[in-house]
Amino acid sequence: MFFNENLPIYIQIMNMVKKRIVIKELKEGEKLPSVRELSTELKVNPNTIQRSYQELEREDLVFTQRGMGTFVTEDIDVIDNLKKTMALGLVDSFIKDMESLGFSIGEISEIINNRAKEG
Amino acid sequence: MENIIEIRDLTKSYFTKKALDNINLNVEKGKVVGVLGPNGSGKTTLIKILTGILRETKGEVLIDGNSPGVATKAIVSYLPDRNFLYNWMSIQDAVDFFKDFYGDFDENKAYELLDFMKLNRSMKVNELSKGMVEKLNLTLVLSRNAKIYVLDEPIAGVDPVARDQILDAIIGNFNESSTMLITTHLVRDMENIFDDVVFLKEGKVLLEGNAEALREDRGTQIDDLYKEVFGE
Repeated sequence: MFFNENLPIYIQIMNMVKKRIVIKELKEGEKLPSVRELSTELKVNPNTIQRSYQELEREDLVFTQRGMGTFVTEDIDVIDNLKKTMALGLVDSFIKDMESLGFSIGEISEIINNRAKEG
Repeated sequence: MENIIEIRDLTKSYFTKKALDNINLNVEKGKVVGVLGPNGSGKTTLIKILTGILRETKGEVLIDGNSPGVATKAIVSYLPDRNFLYNWMSIQDAVDFFKDFYGDFDENKAYELLDFMKLNRSMKVNELSKGMVEKLNLTLVLSRNAKIYVLDEPIAGVDPVARDQILDAIIGNFNESSTMLITTHLVRDMENIFDDVVFLKEGKVLLEGNAEALREDRGTQIDDLYKEVFGE
């Protein structure tokens, strides 16, 4: 797997796991692949995967059980919050792109509203 | 962290040409280190000194506290950049050869890896494709329970499927107690498996550091950084 964004690999892997959690591909309380499994799947140094898991744990999105593995949080609110945060991130970067094309916030929201009406 | 390889003021000259020019480098135990540079940058010379094939002109190399020699060859498993097996050998002969030669050779691991690489023990070395030879060489080298693995261009000139198998075998073999030093100019294919990278240019260390820290600082993948550094 090639990582294209200009970000450290561990952050790109965190984002990938976050997305899997938000779209319920990884459900609450579900076990994540082991470091070694994900390392082989993505062909990435296991230390990098380990770091991604540690950072996800720091953000309370996953938790580790000694000898058992790493699991998605069971707290639905945390996952809902994650979903909202990710949505805001997308919207912010969209607004930034639109503003760089010269649109005002008012114009941007009008375009979106019209688009929504068109279905 | 403990340094398993220490290189001090290392210079190697061929007559008047300096292949390595005052190299200083430490490699921490348990790390996968990528030595990156174009052809002729000194990668293979460096590796040949580490493996005791060439002698340094100046400076010092310590591997687990010893200069390259009998003691270090017992703990360093080396994949040269070309086939090291005789053409008349079958794959089984090659396994037996390694078993005789190295006390740390794990025969069962070799058979497991041969299965994984889809190599049949009865095949002869001279019947193998370039990719199969590379996979066989790597299988033997990884089947030693060595402290240090030195892999010189492990994926050069092999097709994408063989390349993936080789990467899987390297990752699968990685553990905290062993260290890997890997040279390559195929940076994009291999950069994700490195903890640290070293850029070699005309025998000098141009840049070194933790791969993730470099990505963070420079806002780029190592491959793009490599092109920036060597592409001028």
